[in-house]
Amino acid sequence: MSNVDLSVNIGKLKLQNPVMLASGTVGYGNEISQFTDLSKIGAIITKSVSLKPRKGNPPQRIVETSSGMLNAIGLANVGVEQFILEKIPFLREVNSTLICNIAASSIEEYVECLKILDGQDIIKGFEINVSCPNVKEGGLVYGNDVSAVGKITEKVRAVTDKLLIIKLSPNTAHVSDFALVAKKEGADAVSAINTLVGTAFDIYTRKPKIKNITGGLSGPAIKPVALAKVLEISRKVDIPIIGIGGIMNWQDAVEFMICGATAVQIGTVNFINPNAGIEIIQGLREYCTKMKIQSISELTSSYNLE
Amino acid sequence: MFTEKAVVQFLKPIEQNIYLLKAYSPKISQNIKPGQFCNIKVSDTDFPLLRRPFSICEAEGDCVSFLFNIHGIGTKILSGKREGNEINILGPLGNGFNISGNYDQAVIVAGGLGSAPFPYLINSLDSSKEVLSYVGAQTKTDLVTYKLKSVSISTDDGTAGFKGNVIELLEKQKRLFVKNVKLFGCGPTPMLKALQKFSAENNYECEISTECAMACGFGICQGCPIESTANINSYKLVCKDGPVFNSRDIVL
Repeated sequence: MSNVDLSVNIGKLKLQNPVMLASGTVGYGNEISQFTDLSKIGAIITKSVSLKPRKGNPPQRIVETSSGMLNAIGLANVGVEQFILEKIPFLREVNSTLICNIAASSIEEYVECLKILDGQDIIKGFEINVSCPNVKEGGLVYGNDVSAVGKITEKVRAVTDKLLIIKLSPNTAHVSDFALVAKKEGADAVSAINTLVGTAFDIYTRKPKIKNITGGLSGPAIKPVALAKVLEISRKVDIPIIGIGGIMNWQDAVEFMICGATAVQIGTVNFINPNAGIEIIQGLREYCTKMKIQSISELTSSYNLE
Repeated sequence: MFTEKAVVQFLKPIEQNIYLLKAYSPKISQNIKPGQFCNIKVSDTDFPLLRRPFSICEAEGDCVSFLFNIHGIGTKILSGKREGNEINILGPLGNGFNISGNYDQAVIVAGGLGSAPFPYLINSLDSSKEVLSYVGAQTKTDLVTYKLKSVSISTDDGTAGFKGNVIELLEKQKRLFVKNVKLFGCGPTPMLKALQKFSAENNYECEISTECAMACGFGICQGCPIESTANINSYKLVCKDGPVFNSRDIVL
C-alpha cells in the first residue's frame, strides 16, 4: 500500500504527488490551511500576483450554472510588494511546494514581476497566466495570440531558471499550437485549461448575472473539454502537461493523467470541499495499489485509442 | 472553521414558504456566534455544485437551526430533508455581531428573511438590555417574526401593521429609543442602505449583516466583494471581513 510511488517530475521539480491546488482557488494558503494539511499536497499555486495591486471587478462576481460556475474576479490581488511582505511569511510556514502564478498587462510587466520574485527561495516555480478571460487588457488577448505567448515565454525564460509553466487558454482553435510555441521558447510545462468564457442572464431583468457580463466557466461542466485539450496537446507536443478542468475526485484525476497529464490541478472543488486535495491523493494511492501500478507516472499518456 | 456532517433533527414550515431546519452539529453549535453563518452542501452529489450560505438562527446545546425560504434549487432540495438525513455544514464563517458593549437597548431591524440571525442574537444578549424588534416585508405572508421580542410590523402593501417600509416605521418610533441604543439590521440591500442612512442621520450605533453571492464562504474564491469606506482601492469580502459590518464602514 505505502510502496506506491506517487511522486512526479515536472521539469526539474519533483513533486511528492501529482495533486496541485489551482491558482485563484487557494488564495495565498492561509484560509484553506484551516481545513487541510497543505504540506501533504503536491504543490500550491498562488492567486495571480501582478506588479501593482488590483482591486478586481465589482460584484456580482460569481454565479452557479449547470454543473459549474462562472467567475469574473478580475485578478484582484495585493500586488507583488505586499505579496512578499504579507503573504510569503505564512507560505514559508506551510511547508508545501509553492508555485507563483503571475498575471500582467504587458510583456515588460511579466518580466518585471518575475525578476522581483525570482530571488524568493520559497518559490519553486512560476505559472504564467496568459489566459485570464476577465481582464480587458492582457489575459485572453495574449492567450489567443500564438506569437504573443511565444514572446512572453521567451522573455520570462530569460530571467528565471526555476520551473516555468505556461497556463493555456481553451478559448482558441488549436491549444496544441500554444503548447508547441511554449515548448520552443523554453517553458518546462504547460497547464491546461484555464476557464472557458461564458455568460448567464436573468430572464426577468434581462441583465447579465455577473457584472462583467462574461466570466470564466469552471467545474464539472468543463471536464470533457479540458480532457480533449489535454489529449490534443499530449498527442502533438512533447511537454509535461498539468491537467485542469472540473476535477472533483480521484477518478477525474486518473482520467486526466491517462489523457496525457503528468500532474493535475484542482480548483472549483476546493470551494466546496477544502480538503478535496488530500482525499484525491488518498484515492490515487488506493487506485494504484488496486491496479498494481508501482509509480503513478506510468499513468501519464497511457491511453489506449485502439 | 470545520466541515461537519450534521444530522437533521426536524424540518418544519413556520410560515407559508418559510422553513426552520434543526440539525445535530455539536462542533459548529459550540463555536458559532450570533451573526456568523454556515455554508451548507444540500446534496451529496455534485448537483447543485456549490454550497449555500445561511445565517445561524439558533444554536442550542449540540444543535443548530437555520431559517430559509424556497428561493432556488438548493433551498428546494433542503426543504425536502427529513429527520435523520445528513447535510454537510461548513462553519462557523465570518464575523458576527458585536453584542458586548455599552448600550442599554438593542433595536432589531429585519426585512423579510432578514430576521433569521436574530433569535440567536436576542438569546445571547445579557438580560439587562431591552430589545425592540422592527420587522418589515412586502406583504403579510412574507413577515418572519420567529422568536423575536417586542415586535412592531410594517408591510409595503399594508396587509399587516404599519403601511410602508420598516425604516419609515423606525422614523416614527425613534422616540422610544434610549440615548445609547444600538441597532442591528439584516435584510435586502435597499433596506440596509436606508438603515445605514437613518443611523448616520440620528447618530445611532448600527451593525448590519450583508449578503452577496459567494462560492467558498471563507475567503479563497474572492467572489463576494464589498466597498469599504476606509480604502477605496481594495474591496473587503462579505464572507471573511463580514457578513456583519459597522454600518459606517461599508458602501452599499
